[in-house]
Amino acid sequence: MPSDPLLSVRDLKKHYPITQGVLKKEVGRVKAVDGISFDVTPGETLGIVGESGCGKSTAAASLLRLEDPTGGAVVFDGDDITDYDDAGLKRFRRRAQMMFQDPSSSFDPRMSVGESVAEPLAIHGMRDRRRRRRIVENLLERVGLSASDFDRYPHEFSGGQKQRIALARALVLNPDLVVADEPVSALDVSIQAEIISLMRGLQAEFGLAIVFISHDLSVVREVCDRVAVMYLGEIVEIAETETLFDDPQHPYTRALISSIPTPDPARRDERVELSGDVPSPSNPPSGCRFHTRCPEVIPPEQFDLEQREWRHVLDLRLRIDKGIDVDDVRAFLVAEDVADAPEAVPDAAVERELRREFDVPDALSDRAAEETLSSGLSALVAGDLEQARRTLDEAFTTVCEREHPELERTASGSEPACHLATESVAIDPPANHD
Amino acid sequence: MTDPLLSIRELRVRFDTDEGVVQAVDGVSFDVERGETVCVVGESGSGKTVACESVTRLIPMPPGEIAGGEILFDGEDLTEASEKRLESIRGGRIAHVFQNPQSALNPVYPIGAQIVEAIRLHRDVSKQAARDRAIDLLDRVGIPEATARVDDYPHEFSGGMKQRVVIAMALAADPDLLVADEPTTALDVTIQAQILRLLRDLQAEFGMSIVFVTHDLGVVAEIADRVVVMYAGRVMETGSVHDVFDRPSHPYTKALLDCLPGQGQSMRPIGGTLPDLKQPPAGCRFHPRCPHATADCRTGTHPELLPVGSGHDAACVYYGPGYDSTVIRGESVSESRAADGGDAVADSDSDHDTTGGDC
Repeated sequence: MPSDPLLSVRDLKKHYPITQGVLKKEVGRVKAVDGISFDVTPGETLGIVGESGCGKSTAAASLLRLEDPTGGAVVFDGDDITDYDDAGLKRFRRRAQMMFQDPSSSFDPRMSVGESVAEPLAIHGMRDRRRRRRIVENLLERVGLSASDFDRYPHEFSGGQKQRIALARALVLNPDLVVADEPVSALDVSIQAEIISLMRGLQAEFGLAIVFISHDLSVVREVCDRVAVMYLGEIVEIAETETLFDDPQHPYTRALISSIPTPDPARRDERVELSGDVPSPSNPPSGCRFHTRCPEVIPPEQFDLEQREWRHVLDLRLRIDKGIDVDDVRAFLVAEDVADAPEAVPDAAVERELRREFDVPDALSDRAAEETLSSGLSALVAGDLEQARRTLDEAFTTVCEREHPELERTASGSEPACHLATESVAIDPPANHD
Repeated sequence: MTDPLLSIRELRVRFDTDEGVVQAVDGVSFDVERGETVCVVGESGSGKTVACESVTRLIPMPPGEIAGGEILFDGEDLTEASEKRLESIRGGRIAHVFQNPQSALNPVYPIGAQIVEAIRLHRDVSKQAARDRAIDLLDRVGIPEATARVDDYPHEFSGGMKQRVVIAMALAADPDLLVADEPTTALDVTIQAQILRLLRDLQAEFGMSIVFVTHDLGVVAEIADRVVVMYAGRVMETGSVHDVFDRPSHPYTKALLDCLPGQGQSMRPIGGTLPDLKQPPAGCRFHPRCPHATADCRTGTHPELLPVGSGHDAACVYYGPGYDSTVIRGESVSESRAADGGDAVADSDSDHDTTGGDC
């Protein structure tokens, strides 16, 4: 780190209780943000990216205590803001500001934009109306509007112009930190480009640190110095922007980067495809939270399985763990005209259908693995779900499911949280037992 | 060559508003061949959605009005078709998929019932047969365990899964043409990649044509066979996806490609703002924002589409007589980008200081 961090986040957590009944008994927790740590140095832009539901916006709100964190520390310029009382919080918010995604809903339609931009000044004790007006007029010009726009109302502006005004409002107190939550996501590409270059220019001028939250990796690549990738409430990789994009270490980062559509029709089929949706944060998967979707999930040592094959076997096993209704499969096969009635569907056909549904080949390349799988599936089709689970869970397991990986610095300079990146696993390929 | 499946000719659509007449689509022509994917790309307000919704007259009338032109679908002019005729075409031979799957599904009915309704509207089949087909369609669009999920309600599906359901519904009557309006814009990138792959696979399987409306050039590169670039109600450029991306020939197309973020070279904002469609500028609609605009661009009517290559047209005066088109086209994009990558920032400052696109 070149200088002391302006903002230092340690093990930040924000959980939302799920309650039930009149007594609001807590029956579970949505772990929206579950232990994230990072630093932001003065003048730096840190990006936080991830899919919807990964907790990036909750993280943003918790940074400024718009949401009170459940645990962890947010140290801003030496003080832990989670300890602040109301007065301390007000002082802190003079130095840290926020920008939101939707410029239409972040302005009061009945206040002129000048009044909106000047409001923070009034709140923080600037009584002189004329002085407020002078500052705001000057700032409106700096963001590419004109001083005479002070008396106009939000509906008179386009989305891009409103986002310029939002930027002016965030800057009016001359803050050290701006947390921008998807500030350009609602805008057209051409407008996006203008806002981004405006933010960049003003950042240099004001010496701002920016935490930039976005789901759009192209924008993040354009704007940020460093990037943290979030998945299900955790940071799975953090690195300098160019390191992250040139040599992503975490399989999730790789998948995310490869799903960005590139404006080059010649590169159509180079995609790593992620199967399935993001699991629920109320009951995140054990071990590495990405193991349920990871295309590079580590295979068990005793089998010699191809990566894709192993992925599909694991998908099938995880699905059986969750509970699978074999009768539904029979009903589907009846709809497909395999048999006239569910009882008449042969067991072998059910097994074949299960394999087809999960893209598992009819015979696995490893003989021992195939024997275990088919005995497990037979038990399942025969109606013994417990036996099927026992057989499959014991054989088809992975370190990714058992152990939670920590962020660890690698040779590339990136810090991924992945078992593949830690030496012991990366060096020893899965042993071969034929 | 056979006739195109869809041929839009000189389409004009306008909206009568309190503030005046908005000419949303002003003389747009393009063809869609059988089995082909055509992407209509443009910024908000370019008229891309209005043009595509006019095909089955989904625009509200009034205030909307198809003021001229023809929409030939398999030889039949849909602008002349009766409302009854259109009802049988909508969801039948032409199906639509919209941006927000949430609002395309009825929250109080199971998804299966909604697909069955769509099937039975266009096919005379028994309820059981329709249900079997619904399950089959859900399976085809990649809903895991279709039999178990056919009776689930929309809220029990994630956004990506809902969009799959909407696509299954659109496929209910084996359409010849699928009009997909920003179908992946509301989705995460990883889910977007899945849906784009699905549409490509389904197209290969069913052989339908797709009109894909989007603002995202990355998505265009991913799925299009041909591209129609729209701006302010007009077609600026049209050509095969490779031609348009390798040799963008209209200054607007180039500007749009240059303002994409994260491409490794400096991003350049276009500068200026979209024109007011109640009073579109004279001459070329793009001239107030165009770095190459000349006196000819500022007067008269919008330039006609002129051929710049085989099946590749651009509406720019520079391709007419007396102009040097290399000014616009330069070399191939990659070369020109590499060449001016270094001083791109300075360039964008001097070119685009109209509305403060500068820093």
